[in-house]
Amino acid sequence: MTRFLSFKWILTFILIAITGYLYSKDGVITTSVVATAVIFGLPLALAAMVGIMCERTGIVNIGIEGTLLFSSFIGFFVASSTNNGVFGIISAITAGVVTGLFLAFMSISWKMDQIIAGTIINILATGLTSFLYTQGRMAPTTFPIDIPFFSSIPFFGQVLFMHGPLVYFGLVVIFSLYVALYHTSWGLRSRAVGEHPGSADTAGVSVFRLRYLNVALAGAVGGLAGAYLSLELVGSWDRGFTAGKGFTALALMIFGRWNPMGALAAAMFFGLTQAVTNQLMFSDVAHIPEQFVNMLPYVLTIVVLAISAGKVRPPAAEGLQYEKEKA
Amino acid sequence: MSALLEIANVTKTFPGVVANENISITVAAGEIVALLGENGAGKSTLVKSVFGMVRPDSGEIRIKGEIITPGDTSGAIARGVGMVHQHFQLVPVMTVTENIILGSEPKRGIFINMKAARAEVLALSEKYGLEVDPDAFVEDLPVGTQQRIEILKALRKDVDLLILDEPTAVLTPQETDELLQVMRNLAASGVGVLFITHKLREVMAVADRVVVLRNGRVAGSTSPKETDEEGLAQLMVGRNVVLQVEKGDAKPAAATLVIRELHVNDDRKHLAVNGLNLEVRAGEIVGVAGVEGNGQRELVEAICGMRPRISGEILVAGEATPDMHPHKIHSMGVSHIPEDREKHGLVTTYSIEDNLVLNQFDRAPFAKGWIRNMAALEENATRLVKEFDIRTPSISTTAGALSGGNKQKVVVARELSQDTRVVVAAQPTRGVDVGSIEFIHNQLIAARDAGAAVLLVSAELDEILSLADRVAVMFGGKIVAILEAKEAERVLVGRLMAGLSA
Repeated sequence: MTRFLSFKWILTFILIAITGYLYSKDGVITTSVVATAVIFGLPLALAAMVGIMCERTGIVNIGIEGTLLFSSFIGFFVASSTNNGVFGIISAITAGVVTGLFLAFMSISWKMDQIIAGTIINILATGLTSFLYTQGRMAPTTFPIDIPFFSSIPFFGQVLFMHGPLVYFGLVVIFSLYVALYHTSWGLRSRAVGEHPGSADTAGVSVFRLRYLNVALAGAVGGLAGAYLSLELVGSWDRGFTAGKGFTALALMIFGRWNPMGALAAAMFFGLTQAVTNQLMFSDVAHIPEQFVNMLPYVLTIVVLAISAGKVRPPAAEGLQYEKEKA
Repeated sequence: MSALLEIANVTKTFPGVVANENISITVAAGEIVALLGENGAGKSTLVKSVFGMVRPDSGEIRIKGEIITPGDTSGAIARGVGMVHQHFQLVPVMTVTENIILGSEPKRGIFINMKAARAEVLALSEKYGLEVDPDAFVEDLPVGTQQRIEILKALRKDVDLLILDEPTAVLTPQETDELLQVMRNLAASGVGVLFITHKLREVMAVADRVVVLRNGRVAGSTSPKETDEEGLAQLMVGRNVVLQVEKGDAKPAAATLVIRELHVNDDRKHLAVNGLNLEVRAGEIVGVAGVEGNGQRELVEAICGMRPRISGEILVAGEATPDMHPHKIHSMGVSHIPEDREKHGLVTTYSIEDNLVLNQFDRAPFAKGWIRNMAALEENATRLVKEFDIRTPSISTTAGALSGGNKQKVVVARELSQDTRVVVAAQPTRGVDVGSIEFIHNQLIAARDAGAAVLLVSAELDEILSLADRVAVMFGGKIVAILEAKEAERVLVGRLMAGLSA
């Protein structure tokens, strides 16, 4: 545990030192790379929150990729049909809730194997969106909003306070989730259900209802991540557009030890590696074949799982059905 | 006086089993009612129905005259029912405070008011004289303390009826006495107490009334004043039972199992067996007495090669046994009746026939080279089923289909039918009916008389005291005392188990 902790702080220190050094060399590029890291890291962080909310109550959700793909598609489709970005965002979140409820239905009501339930969502989302997709649509996207005063702070202003509205909203969601998980009744009960559902049940907490609620809420957060991807970050939609972000998110969740802040930090670090890679390719310092860049999420997932195997402790009741009545 | 709790004609069936059949029981305020019965008699199912964890098929349950909705736990809690569960319902990774407030948390705005919660736990703990550390993590606490937390959890909401499901199963005799006193105090303050047990001593000590369940039905209702332990046992089983084990004197020979300076870790990598020394001679039963969690499990697993040793050696008939090699250790003559028979004793999806040769299927006469000898298997199974009185429709029935007692008989039959020098029996009669207990005890004595060194680990002090020729008391990963059977007196052993000096 201690070793893990110190590793985290050493890495943070090295990153700050490198950033500081590069900033003194070339402030403009360094600032833009770090700002890009936030933009790339946010959807991963939000997607990791989906995993955290589900797994903390004991439901394994490997369907995050499907949720992202489906909601980003619906968001883009509605926004382009109605020419209204807000409608797009709302329908993306609704689509996320629908996938969440579908997962809850399969894994809680039907007591299906949760891995298979998640896989069904992934396959269904890929098939449906690919089938419904038509080329050449255009949709309104969100525009960056500069927060007065804060955006004029050097470096931090551009990194944190000159983004689209969904970045701010997403960050608020993540911090709220963190506070809620550790300081509210909802959080205490959710964690109890994920660790030892019997203890919650005997204290009068409905395991069934809370799991349904949390998986649906997680779907909403997934929908937000999807809306951000298609309506703010990219501004369009294409087949297989989420490129494994849902799976990367699961690795980040584990790396962050099922803690929203840990997963946020991990997501931002991963966003940074992508931003740096982009910058290197853009400025022709290094030529990295695109295929290798695309491989990154999966390689990272394997590496993270290998590093953390045996060191992290997932919620104890994760993936298990809760049977109220036993002889 | 109107009854606090009325259970009227409750019936509950699970697939293939009738757990409760037409049961009616009442509990008055300030009364302690003991619900007595063998394992599988339907006690737990019945109280779970009262607490809303099980939906009865028919019948009514009334609390203070009001009918409770079946399967509604929070409704039962709201009507003043508290329950201490047999399997602790605590979240190991959370603190004592968090566990106690779960379900109705004190709030400040939308947040949990942890300060108030902590103060409440301390006040509660003081009020009932049940000491706990509000900030400790449950997983770090001994079982006795965990149970105190369970009781505090139940008492927190001004309960009128407290249900305790086998509360003493994991306690030392002293902790048990404390608990009985807590129950008396509660009853004196007007709380109705319904408690489940299969220990006759406790019933005699504390109950106002006793309701005995047998095979899901009320077999009789009596009070400690009207009967004695023998009478209760007879009601439980429906026939006369010999409570005392009949056995001749041990004729111990040379030390067969020798353990020197053994150190073993538990699953959390903490030292559980800490420099243990023990000798078991051929022809004697050494009983290891101790509160669960003092390293007994780790000791047994290290002897049988299921858990790595850190240091120390284990000799069988003078020969050192290899670390982590169950098969080799078994072939050196060590039989093992494991604590968790479903997990380590049987392959529940295999037939009884196969389960009876699990550790020797690859040897003559059960195999010729690579080919199994089905005739020898069948002959072996038919003989053992008869000899060990395993009640089964056929030898090809899967082990999982048998009752607890018969499953255990399969394990015992396999382990004791072979030529064995050392028998390691861990909780051999846990969850087994009284008839089978008697049989298993006699088999262990027979193994002893045939010259085996028997190491018996049990959480039931009565079992140790009635079977063992010598009692080794284990505390904190060490043997703290070895007593001859005649000097091993309940109170003394209890003190030693709690880590006190004699």
